[in-house]
Amino acid sequence: MKILQAIKVSFGAIRSHKLRSFLTMLGVIIGVFSVVTLVSIAQGATGAVTEQIEEMGPNLIIVNITGRGHRTLSLEEANRLAGREGVRAVAPVVSGRVTVKQGNVTLDTTLEGTSPEYRTVRNQSAQSGRFLTEADLQFRQNVVLLGGSVAEELFPLGDPLGREIRIDGTPFTVIGLLEEQGAGLGGSGDDKIIVPVTTAQRLLRISGISTIYLQASAPEMVDRVIAGVEAALTLHFRDDQAFTLFDQAQILDTLEQITGTLTLMLGGIAGISLLVGGIGIMNIMLVSVTERTREIGICKALGAKKRDILLQFLIESSVLSGFGGLFGLALGYGAGIAISNFTDLTPAFSPLVVAVALVFSLCVGMFFGLWPANKAAKLNPIEALRAQ
Amino acid sequence: MIAISGVNKIYYLHGVQVAALREVSLSVAEGEFIAVAGPSGSGKSTLMNIIGCLDIPSSGVYCLNGEDVGRLPDNRLAEIRNRHIGFVFQSFNLLPRISARENVELPLLYRGISSKERTRLALKALERVGLADRVRHRPTQLSGGQQQRVAIARALVGEPSVILADEPTGNLDSGSGNEIIALLHQLHRQGKTVVLITHDPDLASQAQRTVKMYDGMIIREEVRVP
Ligand SMILES: Nc1ncnc2c1ncn2[C@@H]1O[C@H](COP(=O)(O)OP(=O)(O)OP(=O)(O)O)[C@@H](O)[C@H]1O
Ligand SMILES: [Mg+2]
Repeated sequence: MKILQAIKVSFGAIRSHKLRSFLTMLGVIIGVFSVVTLVSIAQGATGAVTEQIEEMGPNLIIVNITGRGHRTLSLEEANRLAGREGVRAVAPVVSGRVTVKQGNVTLDTTLEGTSPEYRTVRNQSAQSGRFLTEADLQFRQNVVLLGGSVAEELFPLGDPLGREIRIDGTPFTVIGLLEEQGAGLGGSGDDKIIVPVTTAQRLLRISGISTIYLQASAPEMVDRVIAGVEAALTLHFRDDQAFTLFDQAQILDTLEQITGTLTLMLGGIAGISLLVGGIGIMNIMLVSVTERTREIGICKALGAKKRDILLQFLIESSVLSGFGGLFGLALGYGAGIAISNFTDLTPAFSPLVVAVALVFSLCVGMFFGLWPANKAAKLNPIEALRAQ
Repeated sequence: MIAISGVNKIYYLHGVQVAALREVSLSVAEGEFIAVAGPSGSGKSTLMNIIGCLDIPSSGVYCLNGEDVGRLPDNRLAEIRNRHIGFVFQSFNLLPRISARENVELPLLYRGISSKERTRLALKALERVGLADRVRHRPTQLSGGQQQRVAIARALVGEPSVILADEPTGNLDSGSGNEIIALLHQLHRQGKTVVLITHDPDLASQAQRTVKMYDGMIIREEVRVP
């Protein structure tokens, strides 16, 4: 008997019990729906964060000076790292919390003192006005670039360029607005202000550097630069605990580990509901085999082989679960659109998830249909014919 | 073509042996019309199940067209039922959810015949039993006599050599019953071997030969003198 014919016949059987078939499918629908939705949300969130990390700048290496002990790293010493092999640019950073004031608006924000290289290394320049220059650093100019949210709060109406604000009481001139970055790891990339590093050292009364952003000249140089800088800093501090060094790859690795586990967990939980759906299918197929015992007997009398009966019931359970899977997928897709419309999350529907969910739901139908189908195929034709 | 010799059929019910057939021997020639009669429980249906390859003997030999059926695997038996046997049951045994035409198509479906050809043959078979105007009806939308005619169409659609009818008129009034018997005689005239199980002495007497059973044994054979 041809498979297509068996599918047609199974549609008839499913149609003759519409409500029952729908309720049976519901288990699979909910299972596939939750698998697809949860995994897509997890992947969407991962994708968003990954993008932000990558936007931090290409081939970025971050050195945090925790400054244990008495030694610090001076600005000149930090800048000297630029001369190392494989280093394209260095942006030393001094940072701290400050209070800014404009008119009668006062707010707390993060101040970063850095050099013009910050622009390339951190991939963030001025969207209007200008960025820092060497001259600003040399003359310890009181100039400042405002992050998006700071600018909005301080100057809700007018253009901040050229205006004056007070940082911890000291007057600064606004020379530029920073490009929008959105919320990233470790707080908003827009809730900060940038001043020349030399100015910041004086303002915050810090002599050392707290963070150095390094840009390697090529992706394959990253590991070598890390090793070299690590050795140099260990020598400088006489202590390898005084600083931490990591690059984007490490951050991404950690992130992937976390989200991978999360995705697996969500997928697993949803998978269990799919399994429960499968058991529902098995249950209803067993009922169906019992109800149709006589029909099975008739078919056998007319020459149906074991294979024909087995195939018939297997296809029926697979059609149930397969269509359940399709409906679940459609629902999940709809939910994804709704979620991205009403929240900040954008679920990512990877073809892999869609394929896995569909194949898995089909397999659930076949697996849980196997036992009932086998039961039907093994029926003795005479006894089956005698059933009521 | 049907050659049964020394066949026993023993059922086990809760550990107790029930002999449904004892040392039954019977030959039916090709194109013969025989009737099997006997009281309830005498083993008529059991005999028919064995002739129809729905069941195999506990002992003894049954040869159909020279092939020892008792040794064949299930799949081969299904194939023989499909190609060589046409069943007509007392309770019609049509599938309730599909139309008359689709019911008639079933044996062809298991033979792997294309959908177009199936439909053509099924319509022809329904025409032969006088139901050309009822092809779309479900079994529940047909009278008992019509249902049994659909069953006969289903039995003959695959052009089997043997038609086995187990009390085909048992659930019918005499009028529709006579139509069914007339159809069986017509099939016989067209060269089919017909085995008719019946309680009705009148019907039995119309056969070329009547086999009387009692308690699992064939106790008498009567040949009709034409
Ligand atoms: N599956 C079975 N298990 C146990 N005993 C059985 C089974 N099938 C038939 N029998 C027994 O075999 C005997 C013959 O049964 P069978 O159905 O062949 O009778 P029958 O002549 O067709 O009767 P009727 O005219 O009522 O249809 C009966 O005694 C019955 O109880
Ligand atoms: Mg009987």
